[in-house]
Amino acid sequence: MSNVPSELKYTKDHEWLRDNGDGSVTIGITDHAQEALGDLVFVEVPETGKQLAAGEACAVVESVKAASDVYSPLDGEVTEINVALGDAPESINEDPYGEGWIFKLKLSDPAALGGLMDGAGYEQFVADEDG
Amino acid sequence: MPFIPHTDDDVAAMLAAIGVGSINDLFDEIPEELRAGDLAAIPEALSEMEVGGLLAARARDDGQPLCFIGAGAYDHHIPAAVWQITTRGEFYSAYTPYQAEASQGTLQVLYEFQSMMTALTAMDVSNASLYDGASALAEAVLMAVRANRKCKTRRVLMPRSLHPLYRDTVRSIVQHQGIELVEIPFDRTGGHTPLEQLTPFSDDEFAVLVIPQPNFFGVLEEVDELTDWAQARNALVIGVVNPVALALLTPPGDWGTKGADIACGEAQPLGMPLASGGPYAGFLCCKQALVRQLPGRIAGRTLDLDGKPGFTLTLQAREQHIRRSKATSNICTNQGLLVTAATIHMALLGADGLERVAAASHANTRKLSGLLCDTPGVEPLFDRPVFHEQALRLPAPAADVLRSLAAHNVLGGYDLGISFPELDPAILVCATEMRTDTEMDAYANKLTRVIATRTQARCPVEPKF
Repeated sequence: MSNVPSELKYTKDHEWLRDNGDGSVTIGITDHAQEALGDLVFVEVPETGKQLAAGEACAVVESVKAASDVYSPLDGEVTEINVALGDAPESINEDPYGEGWIFKLKLSDPAALGGLMDGAGYEQFVADEDG
Repeated sequence: MPFIPHTDDDVAAMLAAIGVGSINDLFDEIPEELRAGDLAAIPEALSEMEVGGLLAARARDDGQPLCFIGAGAYDHHIPAAVWQITTRGEFYSAYTPYQAEASQGTLQVLYEFQSMMTALTAMDVSNASLYDGASALAEAVLMAVRANRKCKTRRVLMPRSLHPLYRDTVRSIVQHQGIELVEIPFDRTGGHTPLEQLTPFSDDEFAVLVIPQPNFFGVLEEVDELTDWAQARNALVIGVVNPVALALLTPPGDWGTKGADIACGEAQPLGMPLASGGPYAGFLCCKQALVRQLPGRIAGRTLDLDGKPGFTLTLQAREQHIRRSKATSNICTNQGLLVTAATIHMALLGADGLERVAAASHANTRKLSGLLCDTPGVEPLFDRPVFHEQALRLPAPAADVLRSLAAHNVLGGYDLGISFPELDPAILVCATEMRTDTEMDAYANKLTRVIATRTQARCPVEPKF
């Protein structure tokens, strides 16, 4: 079973969100997602300052097998991107919840975070999906 | 073996397995009006004998004229070995086989082609070719607009000195993708695109500048100055280049301070016969930073499990068969057979041979231009240096002159008035390394006579009453 930190929030698109406590969140893809994708070779990050709507495709993670979209989990504005991924996309494979973060989003409505899955909910979701 | 091996029973079983009634149901998300209609204009099948007869008759209609037309496709010598090797069974196929386990030879040829094209253009990477030069430019424009994230506009500056068919093709392909094409006028004295025509556009007002070198008139553009100017304004630069000319001219990767970002063009001059207009192949090269935006097939060299070198397609993840509607482009193939010919052609000529072809074509065109300008009223249209084509002003209607020359079995040039009414009457002539002094003299003599009959009074004696 892949690693699912309990303090994070999760989406059905296999993304995680860390509440930074200042109305912003850090976003990446889950351990389960990186395992399914295989070795990542390229990450296309969104532009800083871009306004995103929930569900909007905003980044692309490309592995030796496939290229997949990363969707904005909530409405907000991109405040920071992980430029290090340009040279080291493998950080997502090695440390999906740490060095492998993709972008930070200032949420239009911080309360919306509560509507996402918690760790246990995501583990159940993955188990059902694999079922 | 038939190309599509599935029997009706196989198809029915597959449809039943996925619960679909008919093959057409698989396409029901495509609106009716966008689907291909009946192919009513396609005639009944002919036998091999009938097709042979038909094509032989067409070839007789074309004749064996002396060719002084360039305008995008060029009559160069092709060593006999090129097509002897290209048509070997291992290469000769209607479809480029890409399976790494079965097609190492084909993949290596594609890889060698890419290596040669990067060497010629001084760019970092090349794809395995596109359909032709015009569609390669359209893909280059889409790619550049996608890649230029510094710039919010989707405006592309396209000089009018670019090949008119390339401009039409780019317009057809990009016009419904929110890309605005702005035509930049050329200088009427020099035939080039002067910087002052571009200066009205300031920073962030355009995403891409296209620079043809040589341009459609054969004229050399000030590529260094144009490249630096555009890149200083956050635009990407696309060089549209003739691969033979690159043996002599500065390659796009070395234009200006930083080099062009993308180079593309028509590979026909590299071993492909004129063949009444095709098939040809396009090439597309770019800087390393843009490789993820490069559409089409890319062959890569790698090591297998035993550590032996091998070849395989690479960077495919952005293609249509994987990413569907989010693919980088619709291009999922290349011109494998023609690229095989181009690769063998370049290998046989070598860098020195290609340079000699370029130098001989340049010298011949200068000689031809001098000979033709001995006819009163015929003169160069532009005063700037050219590669292997020259625009000439005529003292008589160009279409009439060309028709008369054709009756003498001479293809005298391209009628510039077709695409540039403001230049009429004028023609664009080309003499590659294939044209001999005798042939050029013959053309000059015929031109003198044809022009004389059209400019002098029919009866030299005034009637007396």
